Amino acid sequence: MPRLSRYMVRASLVHLATGFLIGGLMLAHKAVPLYPTIPFLLGWHVHALLFGWTVQLAFGVAYWIFPRLSSWGFAHPRGYPELAWAALLFINGGVLLAGPGGLIGGTPAMALGTFLEVLGVVAFGLHLLPRLRPPLPGG
Amino acid sequence: MPALTRWCIRAALVNLVVALVFGVGLELGAALLGSGWPGLSAARPVFYHLLMLGGVAQFIFGVAWWMFPPLSRTRPRGPEGLGWVGFGLLNGGLALRAVAEPVAALDPQPWARATLILGALSLTLAGWIFAGLLWPRIRGRPGKEN
Repeated sequence: MPRLSRYMVRASLVHLATGFLIGGLMLAHKAVPLYPTIPFLLGWHVHALLFGWTVQLAFGVAYWIFPRLSSWGFAHPRGYPELAWAALLFINGGVLLAGPGGLIGGTPAMALGTFLEVLGVVAFGLHLLPRLRPPLPGG
Repeated sequence: MPALTRWCIRAALVNLVVALVFGVGLELGAALLGSGWPGLSAARPVFYHLLMLGGVAQFIFGVAWWMFPPLSRTRPRGPEGLGWVGFGLLNGGLALRAVAEPVAALDPQPWARATLILGALSLTLAGWIFAGLLWPRIRGRPGKEN
């Protein structure tokens, strides 16, 4: 598993653990009120589990297993890794801004965080496009 | 494909079907009773969690358990018993939640609230178990760093 995939998958597991903890607190709060701000954690819960965990895990694994480009004349076997590294930063920055940042900064922070997540998805999509290739004859 | 993976994927497919039938029921309920009926908003989180947690996340856990790099030749996937505990907690927690969440919202009886707390604990623990089981398997091969 390449370094970027390891970072993405580890980050996704951190978001998974965080998102499940928040979800557990929110669910328990429905039974016994724990703390007044707990319902406001919904945005963090959604962003952590949708983008931080699900999307980022898929990206990390895709970077690892999608076809390599060495035989197609690319300098790097995975094409344009800079775009995938940018996606790592954008997605995690976005989740942090939309999640815990949203608790402090409100809607503007959530909007900016979501925009960063979109940039992350676009960057990773641009990285992945050249890797959508059929197998080489005899390869 | 290991047994835990097979059971995770079977359970994920069941959860997906149940979630989608539940979702159809919610839409029919909204059409017949009006979207403001309190039971609908109380049941909607159950739909989301059956779909995304029981379906999507459980499918991912199953495939990751199978495909992630092995830990060693003798114990390639680590403590499998703990994986089964996570599987039980995830599906048990979802079932508890599916029953107790709408009931607790409409009529907060002590049993429903206690069940909801038990479901919350089960689901949180399941997520942490799966994260903990996969964490040590995130590894590269020496000399392959691209």
